[in-house]
Amino acid sequence: MNIPADLKYTESHEWVRQEADGTLTVGITEYAQDALGDIVFVELPQVGKAFTAGDDAAVVESVKAASDIYAPVSGTVTAVNQATADAPDSINADAYAAWLFKLQPSDPAAFNNLLDAAAYGKATEG
Amino acid sequence: MTLKATPLNSVHRAAGAKMVDFGGWDMPVNYGSQIEEHNAVRGDAGMFDVSHMCVVDVRGASVRPFLRGLLANNVDKLQAPGKALYSCMLNRQGGVIDDLIVYYFAEDWFRLVVNAGTAEKDIAWIRQQNDATRSNLAITPRRADLSDDGIALVAVQGPNARAKVWQVVPQTQAASESLKPFNAAIVHDTPFGELMVARTGYTGEDGFEIGVPAGQVEALWNALAAAGVKPAGLGARDTLRLEAGMNLYGQDMDDNVSPLDAGLAWTVDLVSERDFIGKAALQQAGQTQNFVGLILREKGGILRAHQKVVAASGHAGEITSGTFSPSMQQAIALARVPVDVAIGDTVHVEIRDKKLAASVVKLPFVRNGKILAS
Repeated sequence: MNIPADLKYTESHEWVRQEADGTLTVGITEYAQDALGDIVFVELPQVGKAFTAGDDAAVVESVKAASDIYAPVSGTVTAVNQATADAPDSINADAYAAWLFKLQPSDPAAFNNLLDAAAYGKATEG
Repeated sequence: MTLKATPLNSVHRAAGAKMVDFGGWDMPVNYGSQIEEHNAVRGDAGMFDVSHMCVVDVRGASVRPFLRGLLANNVDKLQAPGKALYSCMLNRQGGVIDDLIVYYFAEDWFRLVVNAGTAEKDIAWIRQQNDATRSNLAITPRRADLSDDGIALVAVQGPNARAKVWQVVPQTQAASESLKPFNAAIVHDTPFGELMVARTGYTGEDGFEIGVPAGQVEALWNALAAAGVKPAGLGARDTLRLEAGMNLYGQDMDDNVSPLDAGLAWTVDLVSERDFIGKAALQQAGQTQNFVGLILREKGGILRAHQKVVAASGHAGEITSGTFSPSMQQAIALARVPVDVAIGDTVHVEIRDKKLAASVVKLPFVRNGKILAS
């Protein structure tokens, strides 16, 4: 299973990338897209919305089931990827390219507390 | 709890299927893409391992009168050997114990095919009724794990399904070519043993459901795959049956739901004088809800079971099965709604924090590759 080393992860299968400007880009992992199957609907948050870590921030629905996507850290939405919402199966095609939203974290250090690739890899083996 | 496995379990695993716990059975949900498997059945030919379903042979001199009282549909419609009938088996309160297909092969031999999750409950009920009516019938489950003489089931479905079966088992062609829908033939002496070839299915497409000796099913499956029949999992089976407007036991109806409220009035014979278990309760309660199709008209999610449906009158109903339809590229659902809701109405479905408009349509959504509801 593809788990890029330059990203951080959550136990609920979000991936998080820290950008040069300090914002965090969020998507769902290869493991998550594989478990969900054919993805047919994506609901994105509104830009400007503030979340606490663990809040429902987006929804990804496959043919099979709906899955809530959680805010990996507390922060405010600065951008959403409409291209992913317009082509939900782009997540199946490349889960690490089809990002969902960007957050301005309220605590820049929170990123460092997320799982690294090795720890996430272990979490998905269980 | 250890999951039960069909005789094809290792074949599914070797093919890379994603396996899930389906009512206690370790079954393939897909072999890669559920949507591709769905489309193969609509456009060509796909096959499903349905060996978790249970063949039950009922033999004895009084089998016809026994089934007359046991089933809500009327087995007297079965007069030619091989003819099949879809029926509910009801409890005394008029709830559905199971839905099944009953085949007539001889005056002392009928065959039932019942659902996987309900088989044990069904067999206990049938035996109890056999004792209560002193019918003295032999009731023999033939599922592979219950019988030394087990029967596995493979559903081959799609516009090219029958031709593919004849290509792989030419011995079946003469007996099955002239079969009308809901008829079956027993074909002896094929390379895969004795086969039951039934022109039935759960997809809205043409095809066969084949009963095969459990020890031969792997060879038959591999031969069909080699002929280009695409293995399809329970995921595609669910989207196909939902598009075809076919009920799923445990979801669209159960022990506490009347067939009249689950769109199955057409399978219940209340016209003839015949008495059957549950008849009095159905006559007393009548139909209390309409069972309809829904198509979501606004973006905002996918229709799913248990979402609330609100009619213009303010009365509420519930979605019993919902999904994204690969054929229609829209969210669709089966729903039980108040009796004041009619075909053509607009209702609103509560999805998360939204109320989204949906059209009420006549079932089925799709039949024989064509979209009928839009």
